[in-house]
Amino acid sequence: MREQLAKIRAAALAAFEGAASKVDLDELRVRYLGKKGELTAVLKQMGKLSPEERPAMGQLANEVRAALEEALDSTAKNLEAAALEAKLKAETLDVTVPGVPVPEGHRHPMYIALDEMKEIFIGMGFTVLDGPEIELAQLNFDRLNAEEGHPSRDWSDTFYFDADSRVMLRSQTSPMQVRAMDSMPLPIRIIAPGRVYRKDEVDATHSPMFHQVEGMVIDKGVTMADLKGTLNTVVERMYGVGTKTRFRPHHFPFTEPSCEVDVQCHKCGGVGCPTCKGEGWIELLGAGMIHPRVLEMAGIDPNEWSGWAFGFGLERTAMRRFKIDDLRLIFENDVRFLEQF
Amino acid sequence: MNLSRKWLEEFVHVDAGDRAFAEAMTLSGSKVEGTTDLGAEISNVVVGRIVSIEKHPNSDHMFVCMLDVGRDAPVQIVTGAWNIHEGDLVPVALHKSTLPGGKKIEKGNLRGVKSNGMLCSMKELGLDERDFPYGVITAAALLNNYHPIDPNKPSIPADIQPGAKVFGPVICAGVSAVSYAGDGRWTVTLVYPADSTLKEVSLETPCQNIHSWDLVAFNTKTNTICTLADLRAEQKEFPNCIPDGIFILQEDCKPGDDIKPVINADDHVVEFEITPNRPDCLSVIGLAREAAATFDAPLTLHTPVVKGGAEGSLVELLDVETPDADLVPRYTARMVRNVKIAPSPKWMRERLRSMGVRPINNIVDITNYVMLEYGQPMHAFDYRYVHGGKIIVRRAAEGEQLTTLDNNVHTLTANHLVIADETRAVGLAGIMGGLNSEIVADTTDVVFESACFDGTCIRKGALALGMRTEASAKFEKGLDPLNTLPAVNRACELVELLGAGEVVDGVIDILNNVPQPTVVKLEPDKINALLGTKVPAEDMVRILRKLDFQVDGDQVTVPSWRGDVKRMADLAEEVARFYGYNNIPNTLMVGQTTQGGYSPTQKLENQLGESCRHCGFDEIITYSFISPTAYDKIGWPADDPMRQSFKILNPLGEDTSIMRTTTLPSMLEIVARNWNYRNKNVKLYELGRIYLPGGPDGLAVEKKVLSMGAYGDGMDFYTFKGYIEAILKAIRAQDGSYEPAPGLAPTVSYHPGRVAAVKSGDNVIGYFGQIHPNVARNYGVDGEIYCAELAFDALMQAKGPDPEYVSLPKYPAVERDIAVVCNESVTVGQLESAIRTGAMGLLKDVQLFDIYRGAGILPGKKSVAFSLTLRADDRSLTSEEADRDVKSILEELERSCGAVLR
Repeated sequence: MREQLAKIRAAALAAFEGAASKVDLDELRVRYLGKKGELTAVLKQMGKLSPEERPAMGQLANEVRAALEEALDSTAKNLEAAALEAKLKAETLDVTVPGVPVPEGHRHPMYIALDEMKEIFIGMGFTVLDGPEIELAQLNFDRLNAEEGHPSRDWSDTFYFDADSRVMLRSQTSPMQVRAMDSMPLPIRIIAPGRVYRKDEVDATHSPMFHQVEGMVIDKGVTMADLKGTLNTVVERMYGVGTKTRFRPHHFPFTEPSCEVDVQCHKCGGVGCPTCKGEGWIELLGAGMIHPRVLEMAGIDPNEWSGWAFGFGLERTAMRRFKIDDLRLIFENDVRFLEQF
Repeated sequence: MNLSRKWLEEFVHVDAGDRAFAEAMTLSGSKVEGTTDLGAEISNVVVGRIVSIEKHPNSDHMFVCMLDVGRDAPVQIVTGAWNIHEGDLVPVALHKSTLPGGKKIEKGNLRGVKSNGMLCSMKELGLDERDFPYGVITAAALLNNYHPIDPNKPSIPADIQPGAKVFGPVICAGVSAVSYAGDGRWTVTLVYPADSTLKEVSLETPCQNIHSWDLVAFNTKTNTICTLADLRAEQKEFPNCIPDGIFILQEDCKPGDDIKPVINADDHVVEFEITPNRPDCLSVIGLAREAAATFDAPLTLHTPVVKGGAEGSLVELLDVETPDADLVPRYTARMVRNVKIAPSPKWMRERLRSMGVRPINNIVDITNYVMLEYGQPMHAFDYRYVHGGKIIVRRAAEGEQLTTLDNNVHTLTANHLVIADETRAVGLAGIMGGLNSEIVADTTDVVFESACFDGTCIRKGALALGMRTEASAKFEKGLDPLNTLPAVNRACELVELLGAGEVVDGVIDILNNVPQPTVVKLEPDKINALLGTKVPAEDMVRILRKLDFQVDGDQVTVPSWRGDVKRMADLAEEVARFYGYNNIPNTLMVGQTTQGGYSPTQKLENQLGESCRHCGFDEIITYSFISPTAYDKIGWPADDPMRQSFKILNPLGEDTSIMRTTTLPSMLEIVARNWNYRNKNVKLYELGRIYLPGGPDGLAVEKKVLSMGAYGDGMDFYTFKGYIEAILKAIRAQDGSYEPAPGLAPTVSYHPGRVAAVKSGDNVIGYFGQIHPNVARNYGVDGEIYCAELAFDALMQAKGPDPEYVSLPKYPAVERDIAVVCNESVTVGQLESAIRTGAMGLLKDVQLFDIYRGAGILPGKKSVAFSLTLRADDRSLTSEEADRDVKSILEELERSCGAVLR
């Protein structure tokens, strides 16, 4: 009997070793450990043994059963692992095949630039205003101190809807200054982005319709130093910390003193190159302290209140931001262009 | 405004290179656009004197010249030019020299003869006859250069000899001597046999290409040497007798001199952008004053001194009336007699040229010179054409005609101001002189006008005639009335300096409106408060005085030419300009804080854009103006009231002449453009405006429209509808519904069977669908285009409240699928609505999952299948409860839609 058990053990372990699948293994389990299995058959002979032999033989038989069960389990685990490995291998994909496209639309680059600017100003307590594009000449010009005879009022420069030059397409977002002064309580901090219109033929740098962002602050004790500090902060947020600016005198009818703000050319760092026409600087915006006459016309006492205003050209800002070299691309709306942003 | 730095030096010495000068002037307010070094491209070009000319041994049209270029040994240069003579001074580009256009000259061999450089033409030096009128080359027809067009039929014999007749009075003559006669003319001695003797004739000719070995065609009647034109010859008959050649210098220079100062190429010209408030800076003196203040250098101005003394009395010679005094603040005039019209001297021509003004003659040049120097436009007219010796500055009569100096005839109106004599207009005041009083070669008496006209009147007059001139551009900005007298005196002084005539004593000076000087109070505290600076008062005074403001205590008297300075803020700008804008500190605003942020409207705008982009739509920007024909293209009826648009009276063109009342044409144009670019899948959106009549103050009602357009693979009505649904869902629009909308006024542009009105409750948000094939074809697209036009205001109204949490279902739902058969005409919307009506409170969701037509279904019918979700919030549903609801739903479907369970 002892020999029988040893034989079964050796044969079973060898058979398990050779099992190729879970099914094979299950068959082997039945064959050796099942109710009619070989081990069971041997154990059934236990009754024939003497009572002295039984305990030792019983122990041996249990040891064999335990060994076989353990061998079965570990073989099963190995088979399972091998099967999974084979399955994973079979499932291998070409990861270089492109994914299923997610068709996401694109914000127009000009509005990306505008959004960035809006965020900056909103963070500084500015409100965003919107206003009419078909505007009264009175608001676009007279109330901004550009009186009768100012060249920008000419029909060669500005689009009009009536022979009296009363109703026009606004040539600047500046009438929003007047609308804000007329409708909002003081103090005021606004920006007003929008479309403006001038009689320019379309070319790489001109369009009869373009966009500006107007900004205005009116408060007590506002100074030109505040204008500089604020605009410099904005420029640094837009073009990076350390971006150099220069303020130079200019003329606008509705600001005094007036200035234009240049940023140092990003291409040459101020040495002079074709991008900046050799000047080392690129014009960014116009600004100035609100002309006392403009405040007076809005019923605001310039002795008590002061303010500053500025105007950006949005297309130019976006073109610089994204290195777009032709204004026509902005209005052409070719999806091959739009989908780059 | 161009400024010659050489001219500037006459008034102020500035020790700065071009870059530094430009930077400093720009920062003090005179923006420099660029600087041109007139001689930047010229190097190693010198004056040479031709010592000898010999024919090239191996060429029939080239010459070998020896030139004295101021060195020990003469330089040998080969040239193909025929207009040079021994003794001529010419520009010589030596070995390793450069010329305008990047041309480099090096020594070389020309047909075996060494050439150590090149003789230059005017063109090669970047010059033309405007720079040096005498440099124009007139070519004689040299008979020894004659090449007949047809060799068998020469019109001149190849072996023609002196004395032989060419035609009529023109005979062949030999040249025995040539010498320079001055003033661009040559003395030529001709020899020819006549009447059996040898006749010798000496004459002056402008022809430069004649040498002592040549044969010329001599017209014995007119005593002139014939040019090609005189012989009616073609250029190819005389291939080397061309009006081109070397620039023969008539300047005060010597061999070896650098050519640049000789041709004024050593000047640097600075281009300024002058703002309209500073007409005083449209002059050399004005800019000199700014430069002096900028560089803290002394300004040296000059007071004109006129000797006068010409015969006659001004009062007797000339009378001036200004009936329209309001348009003529000041009129100043002087007279010059015994005028000798001639070219002006080189220094004057050079200055005019470098400032971009073409020299004409001494008198005209003087008026231009004074205009540039003083900024005061001047006019000179011929006294003999001022009938009655009387000048009347008046409004033109309606329909009055005048031919101006540019030879254009103008019909005038009473809005134009004219200079007239007793009988007719002789000039357009402030714009251009009249042809009938032009300074001409035999002018002897000249009136100089130096006036100040009303800026608006001149601007409007010039604009109406479409002739903005340098003078009118200055007048329209409003000139300094105190400048007229010094300017006219300067002109008279120059007349005397140039020996161009004799000045009559006295001045006619009519002062109609010369304002008192402006006085502004100097308030240093207020200026510092505005600027945010601490500039000491004495520094302010110093700055203002540099600019010729008079400061007396706190009283600042503004100079007459600074009409732009009226109040404290203007003084602040003057202080800031010279204190330095970049020295003003940078501070952040203090004071009351304001609440920034987006309004609800702006938030919705942002949200709609985001939703569109999530659906794959790219944002576009289109023009707000369209062509009136756009309404035809989108198929709107001719009488559609929506065609009433704001019309631009002065558009750039018809295509951009009206303000759109619909965004559809703009969208279709961009869709079509992308279609033409063969872009495959295109989805576009724009939150654009439309402009409807009827706003306040005669303005428009400007409404925003969410405009969408798409075409491409897989794009169909239901895909597009999915986007619209997604957008409405994103804004939590309530009670959304879709109704067929064929043939409504706004939907005629769409396929009548594939267009829907989008509603939220009763609120019509807009329309979407497939564009009508005819409309698509009008835009050149032969595929399906889908568009939507959703009104922003309606979207705002439809926008639902912010979400509120609803607890998740605790009990399971029962799903039931039903399929009903109904007539084709019944819509899914109607079925869905019947399902909702029929449900008895347990229905939570209805999902369409199939529409079937075909086998098993009668023609004209369809089977529509829905999945119903039924659920109670407080218990698990029993099958019976669910059945009851479904039964009720089926009954309602049959009752209201005639739909029966399949």
